[in-house]
Amino acid sequence: MTAPAYIQFFDGGEPAAHDLLGGKCASLVALTEAGLPVPPGFAVTTVAFDAFIHDAGIAADIHRMLATIDPDDTDSIDAVSEQIRAEITGRPVPTEIHDAFTVAYESLQSRFESPAPVAVRSSATAEDLPDASFAGQQDTYLWLIGRDEVAAHVRRCWASLYTSRAIVYRLKNGIPNEGLSMAVAVQKMVDARTAGVAMTIDPVNGDKSTIVIDASWGLGELVVSGTVTPDNLRVDKVMKTVSEEIIGSKHIELVPDVASRGVIEREVEPERRTVRCLSDADVAAIAAIAKRAEKHFGCPQDIEWAIDRGLPEGENLLLLQSRPETVWSTKTPDPATATSGFGIESITRSLLTQIGR
Amino acid sequence: MSTTTAAPSLEGESTAPRSFPSPYDQAPPAGAEGWKDLYAYNLVFQDNRRAVEEAKFWFCDSQHWPTVTKPFETIGFEFAVGCLGQYNSRQLLIPTANGIEYRMHNGYLYMSPVAVAPEQIEARVPQFMERAGHYFQNWESLLQNWHVKLRATIDEMESIEFTALPEKIALDDVLSGKGTGPGTELLGDYDRMIALAYRAWQYHFEFLNLGYVAYLDLFMFCKSVFPRISDQAIATMVQGVDMELFRPDDELKKLAKLAVKNGLTDVFADTSDADALLAAIGGRSGGAEWLAQWKESQDPWFNFTTGNGFYAHDEYWRDVPSTPLAFIKGYIDRIHAGHDIDRDIQHLIVERDRITEEYAELLDGEALETFRGKIGLARTVYPYVENHNFYIEHWTMGVFWRKMRQLSGVLQAEGFWPQANDMFYLRRDEVREVLFDYVNGWMVGAPAIGPDYWPAEVERRRGIIAALETARPQPALNTPPEVITEPFTLMLWGITTEQIQNWLGEGDQVEGTLKGMAASPGIAEGPARVISSASQLSEVQDGDILVAPVTAPSWVPVFGKIRATVTDIGGMMSHAAIVCREYGMPAVTGTGTGSTEIRTGQLIRVDGNTGTVTILD
Repeated sequence: MTAPAYIQFFDGGEPAAHDLLGGKCASLVALTEAGLPVPPGFAVTTVAFDAFIHDAGIAADIHRMLATIDPDDTDSIDAVSEQIRAEITGRPVPTEIHDAFTVAYESLQSRFESPAPVAVRSSATAEDLPDASFAGQQDTYLWLIGRDEVAAHVRRCWASLYTSRAIVYRLKNGIPNEGLSMAVAVQKMVDARTAGVAMTIDPVNGDKSTIVIDASWGLGELVVSGTVTPDNLRVDKVMKTVSEEIIGSKHIELVPDVASRGVIEREVEPERRTVRCLSDADVAAIAAIAKRAEKHFGCPQDIEWAIDRGLPEGENLLLLQSRPETVWSTKTPDPATATSGFGIESITRSLLTQIGR
Repeated sequence: MSTTTAAPSLEGESTAPRSFPSPYDQAPPAGAEGWKDLYAYNLVFQDNRRAVEEAKFWFCDSQHWPTVTKPFETIGFEFAVGCLGQYNSRQLLIPTANGIEYRMHNGYLYMSPVAVAPEQIEARVPQFMERAGHYFQNWESLLQNWHVKLRATIDEMESIEFTALPEKIALDDVLSGKGTGPGTELLGDYDRMIALAYRAWQYHFEFLNLGYVAYLDLFMFCKSVFPRISDQAIATMVQGVDMELFRPDDELKKLAKLAVKNGLTDVFADTSDADALLAAIGGRSGGAEWLAQWKESQDPWFNFTTGNGFYAHDEYWRDVPSTPLAFIKGYIDRIHAGHDIDRDIQHLIVERDRITEEYAELLDGEALETFRGKIGLARTVYPYVENHNFYIEHWTMGVFWRKMRQLSGVLQAEGFWPQANDMFYLRRDEVREVLFDYVNGWMVGAPAIGPDYWPAEVERRRGIIAALETARPQPALNTPPEVITEPFTLMLWGITTEQIQNWLGEGDQVEGTLKGMAASPGIAEGPARVISSASQLSEVQDGDILVAPVTAPSWVPVFGKIRATVTDIGGMMSHAAIVCREYGMPAVTGTGTGSTEIRTGQLIRVDGNTGTVTILD
């Protein structure tokens, strides 16, 4: 009998099972499988989380505490949240899971010449569904070094399933607490010169022939959180040309800091604020990768990407995330545009439409 | 498309005027006083029509008439623009567009589209659908018939020869009891020639307007499903590949390769004396084969002008063989330098299909079906939009101008004017009077009056035309409308609302940059070569960027040398745009002032993706 699947490497060749991996890790496995340049890493699966909760014997406690909540009483929610999270971060982890994690972490590190910092991100099973756009409900920890530090943050991700925000969200959206689980992504950290997001549809008008890129200096978190005004580019998906660009102010950036063994936010010097943070080749590479992700998943995608300053030109663009775009993709197209059909009827309608009739 | 930055704008309130000048407030250049009297009354802005004329917006068509037209040459726009109107307003009853009014101002041509009165639109719809629908449904057979009709017209023009009247009527005509003399035939032939040209211009627009409306329909559909799709992408999906318009150039390449193959290239060292060169080839082994090919290529493909077909001085390859020979030499040099002189047609087809399929992949259901249907129709009708140019502007007009120069020469020899082509300083109806004078003098046996009248008058007119040519035209006249909607104005002339703003200095233009239409993709940097007429083409060097008021299809032999093209005027469907896309070379068209603001030798950057030209020096 094989050991329970506590760990699944992104490039391990196993299927991208959503129940086992959560949305984020399943997507990373699928992207890796599709040959897209995803930074290496592994998932601590929902099986690990479930085994931990079961072994710790706290499942019943959690349900009991959640049942006492008054949805309108913030204080009671905060108190319950804090208690549950203390249980999750405080209880011992079963040896089997502990060991499996150690092996996985060392296996990942063995791929690099020197110890590589990693990012730890939660990968909830309810997150990132096409019809539930609540990305960012769970946690992300950057630039972690050393097995124990990383393991501690995996636990914090587990605990983030019960932040006040998450509890309230589930209450409001009628998502049951039973069967709730969480996977965690442990992934080699990107040393991002420039990072950002891209969407394979224009969010302003739903134009599927446009790729919109937001890019700023340093790690992409400031772009995702909206803390900086990024450079905003529109790329013609088919013609592969930049059709519009607006240079953002990009006043701060998130960069690794060796002294604090983490990331720090710092001011961007004026010269770099007024210039585009992407070369033409970067733009082409991002557009190409966004297109590949869209083609692979068969619907418009919303991706996160980063350009690693440590990797050679041409191999330095990495894909961190790809999820379905949820706003325009679910809209039904206009029943009949003025120019539907073809032939003389539609030509006539087009002529009349053109003069505003 | 626009490129903007979030950096603060350097300029505050724009001080540029919101209107263009009125033609009534613009005096002609010094020495051109009285120029209006050279032209027919209906072609100029009449003083007592000021209120009517100032209420209209006029744009300068320097795409087709970049320089001053002489009185005879107004035939070009009178026939062309007139026939365009006939097909819109009388044959097809296009519901939303009548024709285009035209006037001359200070020697240049201005146009103003005529809208259909709103209350008449509805009634035109069913008639348009019946009439235009018939053409779309029977496109191939009607077009086949078009070729037959046009060929007959050209053949009839070719059959007409203008010669001096003989000393006496031929004896055979006397003995056969013919009863009429060659003078009446001369008058008849002149009228016939004019009528044949008029007929050819009717044919010119018989299909062209339909081509544009089908294209417009696709264009609007693409813009509705892909709001940000570029005009360039739509043009590329529809554009034909390896069109007849490129045949003349392909014939030159064929001849260049044959010269290399047969070891004849040394003969091309000096191409200025065509007769000597052709004779030298005839004396070489392998020369006979080359001369046979040369002869075969000429008919009809050397009925090709280095101009645009609208000027009497346009030179046609067939008449000036040193021109195609020099181009052939250019191709020979490129072959020797190891270049592949052929256009990469396969690449164009692959790219066109890739673009079309990628857009198709983004659509499904009814929208996909609609897209395929519209692309299909546009591709069926579109080759005409590109190819007609060879048949009318080049072939037909080549014959027309050759015959008219022949007539001018006959009358010069009779003393009517001092120089061979001076007839073109006369209006076509004045030429009719001259012919009557000439024939009458011949009939009565006394000298014609013209030789005592026209030489001085022609000199006066020569001076006025030269004076008009010293000034460049205003891009437009009077107050522009809020938005431009007329399909031809947009598609053919590239007169967009943004373009007008740029002309008025109200666009977001940065110092040292010019905005135009992104007509053919790609980016190139290089030294500018400003060319204002075909006679300067020999100055073009390898790696230059061609900057011109407008280009002609027949300039393509130099396209192998250049890196990019910039023009003052022209839209996505202008010849420069079509040729550059076919050659895979960046082009920005319709910059308005590129050829006057950019100087030869300046380093410039042409961004055919965004329609921007930057002067780097």
